[in-house]
Amino acid sequence: MKLTEDFRNPELAGALVDIINRRSTRNVRLMEFCGSHTVAIFKYGIRQLMPSTVEMLSGPGCPVCVTDTADIDRAIAIAQIPNIVLCTFGDMLKVPGTSGSLQQVKAEGSDVRVVYSTMDALDIARANPERDVIFLGVGFETTAPTIAASVLQAEADGIDNYNVLSLAKLCPPVIKALLDAGEVDLDGIICPGHVSVIIGSKLYEFIPHDYGIACVVSGFEALDILQAIDMLISQIEEDKPRVEIAYRRGVGREGNIKALEIMEQVFDIIPVRWRGVGEVASSGLKLGNKYRQFDAELKFPVEIATSREPEGCLCGQVLRGTKKPTDCSLFRRVCTPEQPVGPCMVSYEGACSTYYLYEVNESG
Amino acid sequence: MYHDLIAKNFLNKLSNTWLEKLDDSAVLEVGGKIAFTTDSYVVSPIFFPGGDIGRLAVCGTVNDLAMSGASPLYLSLSFILEEGFSTTDLERIVDSIKEGAKEAGVEIVTGDTKVVNKGSVDKIFINTSGIGIVPEEVNISGSNAQPGDVIILSGSIGEHGITIMSQREGLKFSSPLESDCAPLNSLVANMLDVCNDIHCLRDPTRGGLATTLNEFAAQSKVGILIEEDTIKVTPPVQAICELLGLDPLYIANEGKLVAIAPPSKVKRLIEQMRQNKYGVGAVVIGRVVAEHLGTVVMKTGLGTSRIIRMLTGDLLPRIC
Repeated sequence: MKLTEDFRNPELAGALVDIINRRSTRNVRLMEFCGSHTVAIFKYGIRQLMPSTVEMLSGPGCPVCVTDTADIDRAIAIAQIPNIVLCTFGDMLKVPGTSGSLQQVKAEGSDVRVVYSTMDALDIARANPERDVIFLGVGFETTAPTIAASVLQAEADGIDNYNVLSLAKLCPPVIKALLDAGEVDLDGIICPGHVSVIIGSKLYEFIPHDYGIACVVSGFEALDILQAIDMLISQIEEDKPRVEIAYRRGVGREGNIKALEIMEQVFDIIPVRWRGVGEVASSGLKLGNKYRQFDAELKFPVEIATSREPEGCLCGQVLRGTKKPTDCSLFRRVCTPEQPVGPCMVSYEGACSTYYLYEVNESG
Repeated sequence: MYHDLIAKNFLNKLSNTWLEKLDDSAVLEVGGKIAFTTDSYVVSPIFFPGGDIGRLAVCGTVNDLAMSGASPLYLSLSFILEEGFSTTDLERIVDSIKEGAKEAGVEIVTGDTKVVNKGSVDKIFINTSGIGIVPEEVNISGSNAQPGDVIILSGSIGEHGITIMSQREGLKFSSPLESDCAPLNSLVANMLDVCNDIHCLRDPTRGGLATTLNEFAAQSKVGILIEEDTIKVTPPVQAICELLGLDPLYIANEGKLVAIAPPSKVKRLIEQMRQNKYGVGAVVIGRVVAEHLGTVVMKTGLGTSRIIRMLTGDLLPRIC
């Protein structure tokens, strides 16, 4: 099948929607964990195709959005140290810290550069041996192996001016934290696609086992998502919650062994703070002892004032699925992609930005 | 030094009745309704597949004139060069300006060159201004769209923006992509031949098709309804957009136009456009409606609908 045509085939999509309509008898609440799924669901208008029995919620799966304010403040402070080049993925630039953003300090003269991969940052370090180059390592399991690979490459090539500020996070522990908090009552979870390419589907098995919640790993095309929803509804209707994969072309049960190995080699798992969620046990990745010479947090200790969340911003609740972006009094009035107040409006994959850009026309 | 620079690099290539005189201004005879526009070109990289900053500087201004229904006649040409800028590169750019002007049928009648200290500009900046004549009966404006009108797009979208993005430092794609950078005045002239009451005309440059349609909806205080399936995106543009998390609707074009015209003229218009090499892909993409005023709504391939908003801020590639 061709990715951009066949997986969006309207006839097949219509057939799946018919099946979902026939199958669904119970009221269910499903959460898509991942921000890329939220974007896809809105882009294709999938919520409009659902029967009234199916309610859909957006989860916290946007690495930009869940980066704690204190971590952003630290990145901003480090970027202002003379002779430092801070390399970041583009969507971190505008995220507001307690005061200012990376974009602001860049405009004031700090050397902040947008890169498209960790290897670009490593190349910058190689080309500027007299300067300290820091990669701002924000991301989930999808990005973490590439951070690990860059550290291993830096070690192999003796590039000692390359550093990583690791803010990488793990998804299964935060799903557990959300379920333990008991604020949202879920019947099924659309599990992340890209993340699962790396970690496999087995790390979600505690969800049906311990919480009785259905899980399906999904891809990002219309048919992937519709198929995942149908599989979730089947599981729920049959009272047989388990982990299934609707994204076989990318995901297996075991994941990408090589990627998992280098993550284990380079990182230690630690508790970290997630914006909106708080501290989550065993959910963060820090460079292990053997690679401490590349750890920007140790090499460039900075004092940061007490970090504050912007007043009135509901990003925390939005990330936990307890509020919708449209419940926030700042949404669209004060907080827009141009002048974002909270991180969920900055990232293209943030729930607020998605609601802002793709909100369905009421009359349509 | 300036005299030398001008004589060697500009006059010998671009020479014509007006430039040869080397007077302080060009004296022109024009009659009727005049369209007048200006734009500055600061693109990086300055050479890219399908064009360069010189071709862009001619096409951009020619297209701005054409989009008001004008036949472009005369352009001004101003360079700001960074000290030490390669004369070989400058020659290539001037050649491309010459070629672009020839293709568009416009004369460059006045110009200026400044060289500034290293670091004061990034290699080369070009400004062009242009004037053209608008036929008496033609009245094209973004505020003229009326419910019932039909929206036409001249071809596939996103090629220029994605070409530039994939050439920038750090993005190492090798793709068969080329910028669509082209002068559209002959296409517009062909269109006016069969329909002199085109209501709106615009080239969807920065901000892409989504932004142009939003401008029309806001200026004309109408609703716009488009069909996703009718908008053509080539496979390389689609693939790179998927990879970077970008939406082709927001990517810049430099050789496409959107027209809004009364329904009775649409068949002729499309036939006529397809005769021109820059309009081969012309199709109807939607219509103007009296609902959801000021808003652009798109029917997706799955039969659902969503709002298409204006581009806000810069496009930033996503993390994962």
